[in-house]
Amino acid sequence: MNKQNSQASKLIYTLLAWIIGGLIFFPIFWTLLTSFKTEAEAISASPSLFMFDWTLQNYIDVLARSPYFDHFWNSVVISFGSSLVGLLIAVPAAWSMAFVQNKRTKNLLMWMLSTKMLPPVGVLVPIYLLFRDFGLLDTQLGLVIVMTLINLPIMVWMLYTYFKEIPNEILEAARMDGASIGEEIFHVLLPIALPGIASTLLLNIILAWNEAFWTLILTAANAAPLTAFIASYSSPEGLFYAKLSAASAMAIAPILILGWFSQKQLVRGLSFGAVK
Amino acid sequence: MGSINLKQVTKSFGDVNVIKPLDLAIKNGEFIVFVGPSGCGKSTLLRMIAGLEDTTSGTIEIDGQDATNMPPAQRGLAMVFQSYALYPHMSVRANIAFPLKRAKVDPKVIDEKIAAAAKILNLTDYLDRKPGQLSGGQRQRVAIGRAIVRQPSAFLFDEPLSNLDASLRVNMRLEISELHKSLATTMIYVTHDQVEAMTMADRIAVFNGGIIEQVGTPMELYQKPINRFVAGFIGSPKMNFIDVSPKHGDPTHSLGVRPEHLKVTTEKGLWRGTVGVVEHLGSETFLHVNVEGVGTLTIKDHGDCTLQYGDTVNLTAPKNKILHFDANGQTIASLSWQ
Repeated sequence: MNKQNSQASKLIYTLLAWIIGGLIFFPIFWTLLTSFKTEAEAISASPSLFMFDWTLQNYIDVLARSPYFDHFWNSVVISFGSSLVGLLIAVPAAWSMAFVQNKRTKNLLMWMLSTKMLPPVGVLVPIYLLFRDFGLLDTQLGLVIVMTLINLPIMVWMLYTYFKEIPNEILEAARMDGASIGEEIFHVLLPIALPGIASTLLLNIILAWNEAFWTLILTAANAAPLTAFIASYSSPEGLFYAKLSAASAMAIAPILILGWFSQKQLVRGLSFGAVK
Repeated sequence: MGSINLKQVTKSFGDVNVIKPLDLAIKNGEFIVFVGPSGCGKSTLLRMIAGLEDTTSGTIEIDGQDATNMPPAQRGLAMVFQSYALYPHMSVRANIAFPLKRAKVDPKVIDEKIAAAAKILNLTDYLDRKPGQLSGGQRQRVAIGRAIVRQPSAFLFDEPLSNLDASLRVNMRLEISELHKSLATTMIYVTHDQVEAMTMADRIAVFNGGIIEQVGTPMELYQKPINRFVAGFIGSPKMNFIDVSPKHGDPTHSLGVRPEHLKVTTEKGLWRGTVGVVEHLGSETFLHVNVEGVGTLTIKDHGDCTLQYGDTVNLTAPKNKILHFDANGQTIASLSWQ
């Protein structure tokens, strides 16, 4: 009876997981399908799932109309750049919060995280003015700076949780063995926390890659990443769904592929410590 | 060299005084064991000597030099941790080489030292393995190897055997004692296990509530504990305590008799009780005898003891083996050590 019950509940959970997974994936799937349709089929009142004339014309048009690879390169520089710079700042910050704690460490962490709860539009004007005055508008450097700052609280928080899992005694042993703080971090802490660091890096690359609010506001042509490239297909002449879908598919493809290959690492990193 | 002098050393965490003003002189080459119940401050003091905890006040001298504010690495000490604290991503060889690399020792010398340490600790076949592929005992040996190669002036052991199973613990205990004999280096060893303390130490410091109750050789502490705490802490099974009402001219508030000094007698004896639980260990038998008005007394009898649950027995003990404690729990020397 118990065995039957557990099998039935397993089946229900599996079904539920597939349904939720399907719901999440459906918009991406629909975008991909639409990208192979003609504009007329894309806006058809009775859209067909597979029975339409498959075409690559949208991709050809999109590539002809805008410099996809320039936007792609900007996305790479901004997402990888901001994640790497963020890591340089977040590692020592998380190290000190995890291993040199004081009474206010927890409050500081909460405060850092609370900045993520602030609507970005709240700091839009000051940041825009600062960017204008420092000549950072529409530059890769400006976007790297802003993305680093935006994602820093999450990076510090994630690394802090990973570092907390590492026994302090190992670092103390390194200290006894004559390691300086830098050697302690580079030779001992980082190699041990590598899975956590990798998933922090991956998650931040994904977040920065997908970020649209700041990239749309702070870039025009030179530093515009793929998010701005997609947005450019919403024009005053109307929405070209098929081309928009082709642009979207091309924008999300690299990060989707990266996510697919690193999903094991990502899941392991995100659940690090949760099952200890 | 490896003499360590603690002068009026204290440690506070906020308002809590973990170590109250404490003096202790550890001689060069000595094996001293800090023993005491959990939270008594023994590990904190070890960490203060290591430099991993700041000293609130007082002075720590190592080889005559004030080391109170020196960083850990400059104190010339090596520490072995309870959890081994090996670097899990490095091979055994890299673990042992780590302190030497930090000290920028010539690679040739590093190889020689690793080979020598591995030979002493039977690790030669495991040098290229990762700590995760080793047993608990082997891991602890790697931790000791990492300490040995630095040729420190003193070794600090923080409950190094607590994570090992009972039989391995006995082996490692012997290995550490042998290592001390062969290296003749000062060793400070923290444990809550009084058997480890008794079997390994040249001298034992018994800690309680942030103070040292007594320092002495194992036999001094066993035979002449200065108070009830030390008497109860040293010895296994624990000493029996019997509360007595003080008589005129006799300040004795309680008596202490070790289980091995209590004898079952056919004569009248000092106490009479009923045998409760009988624990046969083969070589010896522990009898728990319920004595009315006194409580349960533990007796260590020979292995072929035939007494059973419910038997009535008379108990006695040689007068010179009975300790007398005053109202404050201090041993009354004139009555105890005759």
